[in-house]
Amino acid sequence: MSDTNTSMVEKYRNNFLKEVEANVEEGEWVKMCMQCGVCSGSCPLGPHWDHPPQELFMMIRAGKRDEVLESTSMWMCTSCYNCIVRCPRELPITHIMHGLAHYATRLGIEPKNQPTRKFAQLFWDNLARNGRVNELKLGISLYFMNGIVEGIKTALGMAGIGMGMVKTKRMNPMEILGGHTVKDKKGFQAMIKKAQELEAARVDN
Amino acid sequence: MSDIVATNQTILVVGGGISGMTAALEAAEVGKQVILIEKRPFIGGRVSQLYKYFPKLCFPTCGLEINQRRMNANRNITVLTMSEVTNLQGEAGNYTATVKISPRYVNANCTACGACADAVEAEFDNEFNYNMDKHKGAYLPYNMAQPQRYVIDPRMIGTDDAQKARDACKFDAVDLDMQEETVELKAGAVVWATGWRPYDANKIQPYGYDRIDNVITSVEFERMMDPFGPTGGKLVRPSDGKEAKNVAFIQCAGSRDRNYLKHCSRICCMASLKQSTYVSEKYGDEADVSIYYIDIRAIDRFDDFHQRVKDDPNVKFIKSKVANIVENKENGNPTLNGVDTEGYNRYANEHDLVVLAIGMEPSVDKDTFPIEIKVNDEGFIEQDEANGGVFAAGCSSDALDVNRAVQSATASALRAIQVVNRVAQAEG
Repeated sequence: MSDTNTSMVEKYRNNFLKEVEANVEEGEWVKMCMQCGVCSGSCPLGPHWDHPPQELFMMIRAGKRDEVLESTSMWMCTSCYNCIVRCPRELPITHIMHGLAHYATRLGIEPKNQPTRKFAQLFWDNLARNGRVNELKLGISLYFMNGIVEGIKTALGMAGIGMGMVKTKRMNPMEILGGHTVKDKKGFQAMIKKAQELEAARVDN
Repeated sequence: MSDIVATNQTILVVGGGISGMTAALEAAEVGKQVILIEKRPFIGGRVSQLYKYFPKLCFPTCGLEINQRRMNANRNITVLTMSEVTNLQGEAGNYTATVKISPRYVNANCTACGACADAVEAEFDNEFNYNMDKHKGAYLPYNMAQPQRYVIDPRMIGTDDAQKARDACKFDAVDLDMQEETVELKAGAVVWATGWRPYDANKIQPYGYDRIDNVITSVEFERMMDPFGPTGGKLVRPSDGKEAKNVAFIQCAGSRDRNYLKHCSRICCMASLKQSTYVSEKYGDEADVSIYYIDIRAIDRFDDFHQRVKDDPNVKFIKSKVANIVENKENGNPTLNGVDTEGYNRYANEHDLVVLAIGMEPSVDKDTFPIEIKVNDEGFIEQDEANGGVFAAGCSSDALDVNRAVQSATASALRAIQVVNRVAQAEG
């Protein structure tokens, strides 16, 4: 268990709802849920969630901290926004799902082998480097996410699509050498660093 | 119509539904002069379209008949049907209302014999039955309609059919030359009782009211039970006329939802509980009712009714707001998809017929209100000093059941009486 996690447990004791309200993006909306179930029923990936959003909200209120934060459920969200559009109380459910996932990651207790989590991390690392997504490197790191053998297999299987993208100029093979960046890369990185400091200070307090 | 006598001591009641009738009667029976304005060709409003009342399950026709008799017996009430208030100027104790009176094309000679209806061929959507069937171009809105007088649909004017109606009438009651009239009426106080309308179910996209035949609204279901209604009193599916034994009710269809109506419409829980008894009434033990709900809001004395329905083994309660409805193309059954809150079980349930417990909204659009008045976000009239001598009654003030609408109407009548009493004192 990470230090942040221990201190958060200490700080909020059994009031997980308060912890979520204070630390999770849009967390203050959780208490507005009236348990109608439209979000869960409208979710296209709903059947694949261990706990649909409506249940997660109830679990938060019931103080089931570990079950919620260690759950793979919110990582299943694909941001289709069906739930937000249909929620009778206009809860920003998609944002709350990402907020929960992000908070669990900050505490270091997120499910480690959840593929969406892995991809999200790869995407972020890729983007944070140059301020632009390097499609080639992102693709390669994604293929090799689960080891070298499977990586080669996937890469070979996707070769046709890759060549097509190169031909239509959707992907540049030269990106392997570093890739394109934002105009002020240093400034961008300083900005990210500052944002991370602010975020860390917020969570630690 | 220039013979209508109206003074600053007259109370103008706008809307002739149960609230307007009540307010008019309460004021008239203590001796006040009342003019009742009704938009439709008959008084009684939406109550006349109900099969039964909750919680006693008695027939509204009974109470309506009593009120109609009281009205007919009272000399203080003037009823103007097919009329609308288009403007109101002045202040408490001194109002001038502009009233548009549409032609009925049938005069007081009418004996309601029906010869005109037999003579014409044109048919139009029957608004009384929520357009589930047609009425003739010359028609009596419903059997008990008051005034008991036929109406010629204005869309028929100028056609041969209209002439046929006139020729068929032995009493010279059909007058095709009637014109729209606009009159100005004085009034000391106004009771605004324009009532409600069902929320437009087409707007609730996931429920497919616009594309699935066997998804209907609660007001349509109510009409099916009327022996003289569009199905002759049979509970059947619109798609194929099959008996609807496995019926689902969806609560909060449009209500308590910031995408549609923000407010709780209050009546729908009791309406569905009541309508569940209709299915049992028709099919006995073969009835198979499912009620999908967020919470059942049957408060106070209604709780007994709720408990009674809960004890019925043929009625299931599923705590879940249905997420969407898709049609099973093979048998026409609507399939309800969602996740329940008691166990978070995912379901896909097929039913013969789905009834949307449709929400209640004010019948007058808040953005085009014909008079200066304070309304809230939902379009219901607020009780506000700024409204002067205009008092909202019944469902124009809030989503109310009949019982509470009548209470509200009585209160508004009393407020209006106080205003005209002050006028009477000032005028000596």
